[in-house]
Amino acid sequence: MDKVIVADNLSLSYSKDETIINKVSFSINSGSFVFITGASGSGKSTLLKSLYGALKPQEGSLVVAGVELKGVTKSKLNLLRKHTGIVFQDYKLVKEWTIEKNIMLPLIIGGYDKTIQQNQVDTLLKHVRLKHQAGKYPQELSGGEQQRVAMARALSHNPVLILADEPTGNLDDYSSQLIWNLLEGANTDLKSTVIVVTHHIPESMGIDYKHFHIEYGSIHEVS
Amino acid sequence: MKSLRNHLSLVVALLSILFSLQTFIIVDRSINAYKNNLSNNYSLVAVSQKILNANIIKNQHKLIKEIVLLSPDKVIKKLNSGINKKNIELLKLSLPKFYKLVLVHYPSPTEVNNLTKSLLRDTSVIKVETFSKSHDTTYKLLLLFKTVISVFAFSIGIVTILLISKELKIWQFKHTERMSIMGLFGAPTWLSSAVLFRLALVDALIASAFSFVIFSYISATSWVAEELSNIGISVVVFDPIFDFGVMLGVALVLSTLLATFIVISHKEEV
Repeated sequence: MDKVIVADNLSLSYSKDETIINKVSFSINSGSFVFITGASGSGKSTLLKSLYGALKPQEGSLVVAGVELKGVTKSKLNLLRKHTGIVFQDYKLVKEWTIEKNIMLPLIIGGYDKTIQQNQVDTLLKHVRLKHQAGKYPQELSGGEQQRVAMARALSHNPVLILADEPTGNLDDYSSQLIWNLLEGANTDLKSTVIVVTHHIPESMGIDYKHFHIEYGSIHEVS
Repeated sequence: MKSLRNHLSLVVALLSILFSLQTFIIVDRSINAYKNNLSNNYSLVAVSQKILNANIIKNQHKLIKEIVLLSPDKVIKKLNSGINKKNIELLKLSLPKFYKLVLVHYPSPTEVNNLTKSLLRDTSVIKVETFSKSHDTTYKLLLLFKTVISVFAFSIGIVTILLISKELKIWQFKHTERMSIMGLFGAPTWLSSAVLFRLALVDALIASAFSFVIFSYISATSWVAEELSNIGISVVVFDPIFDFGVMLGVALVLSTLLATFIVISHKEEV
């Protein structure tokens, strides 16, 4: 099976003095569903950031979808990001744009036809049960609704890789279940590789998944 | 309403800059027109024992536009009491020649001094009347106006920098987040900053259009023309092609610079 992520002796840090992830090696198969767990401050989100190139490897190598992220050029990184769907812990929705336009963002960047953009957004708005909120702005929605918008945006361009940072943190059961269903659907239907950073793996997961745990800067697979 | 708010801050800043700029242009034009007016009314008088060759003098002194020989008839007429015609003719021949020297532009006191010295080098020229007292006063007054205008222009420059830097901070705050988010989804810089440049372009057009309307109205009011004619000058208050071009150019350059600074200073969020 193809490897979508290959990390070799990877070290990550925000400053020279403190290494968050220390010389870890792991790989993730294409089309798999992966959970990354660990205590607060263990480096889960740091690792996820490195997967979309927001944090460059300090040491070692990290290859995502065939792109070596150490010393990656801006254009190559943009290309990788165009095929990646990211769900952020703090949603990162554009405040001055409507929900509809926020979901459309990856499609605009990808240069999709306007009709395709609109059809895809309509479908996703139905999936996340926010069709009636399409014209509203993010600040007019609840946290759970904003997270559902962020999820719809991450899925809008059928990405090969979906990275989600605590996608259900502080959400009610209804919104949480909706998000897990969407991530499962993306993995099974779109064959996207899904990597989720979370504190708790939901018990109701209906698909096979891999589980990595981060502790003291190291990562190991939990069987 | 939201869209209006987005535009208002930069439009107001640009409007104040354009308004100050056009005011400066009008005042500068008025001073130049006044200077031309003075130049037309000012001339020197040279007294020579011999007839001067106008062409040679003009070639030697580029500041001189025209040399006019003044007729001594008026002076002689006053003395004409019992002097016969022959003696009058003799008197005419023995009298020095008076020349009115019309200048190319209104000269500075140094230019007047240099010209006087240069003319007196010719041994036949015995005196040059410069009317220096009234000339110096007028020139100093003009100089004062020019200085005031320069200070005004400098102040505009400072205010412009302050306004633009304040606007820069507001825009940075407003646009950085969106640009970062777009970057995280792989948007190239031209796309993530397109909104910024579009906004800059539209704001520059709005500000220039507003200025165009304001100054077209001002130039059409008779009050301004009357005030200018009271000091004996006529000035183009607003040239709808040249002045609007300058305004549009300034507004576009400033707003584009502002957008460029934001794009350059933008750093990706980690």
